[in-house]
Amino acid sequence: MALQYDYIEMKFPSSAEYVGLIRLTLSGVLSRAGATYDQIEDSKIAVSEAVTNAVKHAYGEDQTGEVLVGFAIYDDKVEIIVADHGQSFNYEDVKKELGPYTEDDNVNFLREGGLGLFLIETLMDEVYLKKDPGVTISMTKFINESQVHSNGETIVNR
Amino acid sequence: MNINIDTTEKENEYLIVLDGELDVYTAPELQKVLDPIRQSGSHNVKIDLTDVSYMDSTGLGIFVGTLKDLNQHERELRVTGVSNRILRLFEITGLRDLMHINEASEVE
Repeated sequence: MALQYDYIEMKFPSSAEYVGLIRLTLSGVLSRAGATYDQIEDSKIAVSEAVTNAVKHAYGEDQTGEVLVGFAIYDDKVEIIVADHGQSFNYEDVKKELGPYTEDDNVNFLREGGLGLFLIETLMDEVYLKKDPGVTISMTKFINESQVHSNGETIVNR
Repeated sequence: MNINIDTTEKENEYLIVLDGELDVYTAPELQKVLDPIRQSGSHNVKIDLTDVSYMDSTGLGIFVGTLKDLNQHERELRVTGVSNRILRLFEITGLRDLMHINEASEVE
C-alpha cells in the first residue's frame, strides 16, 4: 500500500534574512495540517534552529548557497526536512538514509556552543540526521490527535 | 520579521526594550547594542521581551554571553516580560535558574 502524503519542497538562499520566511511558510503548512498553536510554535523553533545551522555553517563566510526545506504532510504527522546543500532530493530515498544521530554529530552541530540540536530534539517527536553531502535533518511533529468538527464537536481519531 | 531596539539609561541600569523577532537575522542588531555595555560593565542590564513574538537559541546564546560578562563586573542581567512560550525555552535549556527572569524590579 502506498503511503499517503503530500510533499512540498522549497529552496531558499542560505541567508539569515530568509529564516523568518521559512517560519512563516512552516506555520502555514502546519496550520493547514491541523496542528495546534503549541505544536506550530515548537516546530517553528526547531526548524529555525536547523536552518540557522545551515545558514551559519554550510557555506563559507562570504558564500551563499541554498537551503532546501521539504514538508511531507501525512494524516497524523508532518515531517520537515532541512538540507544545507541545496540539492533537490527524492524524499523516499533520503528517508531511507536518515539515521538517529550520535553524540558525535551533536558536538559537530553545536560547534558554537549553541543549543540548537538540543532544542530540536526536545521540541520535536522524531529527529534524524544524515551527513555527506552536507547536513540533512528530518524532524517530525505528530498532529491531529483530535479534530474539531464544523459543528464544534470534538472527535478523537484513534 | 524585524526587531526594534529601544535603549534607555537610568542611573546604574540600561533598559533595553525589544519589539519583534529575535533570531539569527536580527541578533546582530542586539549584539551591536549590547557589546559596549558588556565590555564596560558599568551598568546593570534589564531586557524587556514583552513584545518579542519569536525567540530561539540565538537569543538564549546572547543572554548567556551577556550574563557571563556582566557577572565578571558584578553586574546583573534581568529579563522581564517573558511570555510562557519563551519561558519554556529558558526552562528546557536549564537557563531559567541562572538568570533573573520575570522577577519584580526593586526600583519601580
